[in-house]
Amino acid sequence: MASLIDLANPTRFMRLSAVLLPWLAAAAAVLLVVGFYLAWFSAPPDYQQGETVRILYVHVPAAWLAMMFYSMMALSALGTLVWRHPLADVAQKAAAPIGACFALICLVTGALWGKPMWGTYWVWDARLTSMLVLLLIYLGIIALWRVLDEPSRAGRAVAILTLIGFVNVPIIKFSVDWWNTLHQPASVFRMGGSTLDPSMLWPLLILAAGFTLFALALHMVSMRAEIMRRRVRTLTILEAERLDRLAAQGAPA
Amino acid sequence: MNDLIAPLGPHADYILGSYAAVAVVLVGLAASILRDHAAQKKALAALEERGAGRRSGRRAS
Amino acid sequence: MRRAFLAILRRDLTLAARAGGGGELALVFFLTLVVLVPFALGPDLNLLSRIGPAILWLGALLSVLIGLDRLFQADEEDGSLELMRASPLPLEAAVLAKGLAHWLTTGLPLALATPLLGLLVALPVEGVLPLVATLAVGTPALSFIGAAGAAVAASLRRGGLIVPVLVAPLTIPVLIFGVSAANAALGGTVPFRTPFLILAGLSLASVTVGTLAAAAALRSAE
Repeated sequence: MASLIDLANPTRFMRLSAVLLPWLAAAAAVLLVVGFYLAWFSAPPDYQQGETVRILYVHVPAAWLAMMFYSMMALSALGTLVWRHPLADVAQKAAAPIGACFALICLVTGALWGKPMWGTYWVWDARLTSMLVLLLIYLGIIALWRVLDEPSRAGRAVAILTLIGFVNVPIIKFSVDWWNTLHQPASVFRMGGSTLDPSMLWPLLILAAGFTLFALALHMVSMRAEIMRRRVRTLTILEAERLDRLAAQGAPA
Repeated sequence: MNDLIAPLGPHADYILGSYAAVAVVLVGLAASILRDHAAQKKALAALEERGAGRRSGRRAS
Repeated sequence: MRRAFLAILRRDLTLAARAGGGGELALVFFLTLVVLVPFALGPDLNLLSRIGPAILWLGALLSVLIGLDRLFQADEEDGSLELMRASPLPLEAAVLAKGLAHWLTTGLPLALATPLLGLLVALPVEGVLPLVATLAVGTPALSFIGAAGAAVAASLRRGGLIVPVLVAPLTIPVLIFGVSAANAALGGTVPFRTPFLILAGLSLASVTVGTLAAAAALRSAE
């Protein structure tokens, strides 16, 4: 807990993240290179899907990251509302575009996998539909950040919305599942069903770890940018006030 | 290049397309975040140069 | 406390009843939407009667969402929101009164108007009453989820489309179970009760969560 409170200090976060970032980026790069090498040259083609299975090596980590970033946003929202961490809404704001990008990647790669496998780019499958709804929620939150101009007030408003969305996501998943069985009872698609062979599991795990570290590094840079943006904002206001005062002093003389 | 594509079978364009999409989205995201970071850093440095960081900093005299 | 609650309720109802209040405009918008659909799909009555419940539900959903951004903005502008914050009445109760007034002037009239609009899409007679019931039970959820979104956007000067964009994805479960229940009444494998009870549950949960969230959002905007 002590470390969390330490981290909550923006100045200390800036110092710590500057030290941590190169290591994080390097680890992400190594894992991604190794993972891609394994996924492209060492993993065998699937006996059912053939070479198309290679799309899943980026599709599955993207799906996982889209959900992980939303959970992170919900946690930060709790931090904003309950503990009023000064860093929590910075973390929340920085996470939204990254999560949205991974949701988008998940949908695009899913569509490109679906065309050769299912014969169509899009089916209203429960999982695809839920991911699309998640992307919509991400876009709504990003839009809200963009119209709210005062950061401290905006943080709390967006936090409430993020939490409502977080409570809603499982309900949406449940209702979409229900809706799906209602409308297409016989066409439930399964990826493999059986357990993955280690020769396919390892590249997947390494790539998932690599993408996660890459996303966390981006998140950290984005948080640093946001902290600096707020400092720039405060300093600009202070400077304007001081210039104002000077002008007022200068005028009567 | 052909050696790389040929073993991918009949759906090579979908596979390469999805990897290209991933690359475009992630490079775009990283570039926009890094550019934002650099811009804020510059703005902050410019402000501190003018002495805005110190409350007692006197500029006009 | 009850008097303050009733006072807010009465005030909002009076405001909505005045010319230019939100209520009747939502109804006209609903009518317009339902009239537009056959122009897009063609006047095939068989098709229209099959998708009738879906059309009416979508129309009701959009009509409720489209006017929501004014729910708290007007009060924020004229200062009455400050009075509600300062009054001994808990903000949650004030939000509940405002949401209830919104439903009474938007959701309920829409539900009551569906039998007439059902004629336009050739809705079978046995489907009319269940559809009215699903709309009457489901629209409170829309009003209160919407109230949370409207509260988040209360201090915005340029609200516009942001509230529907924020709220619409959250209303998907209500839409799914509302339309399913209305369709189940027209035949099918699922009994009417199953989706209808889930819809009622969603509605109750949304009223609770929406009230708490909207009050929290209004408090944080102080």
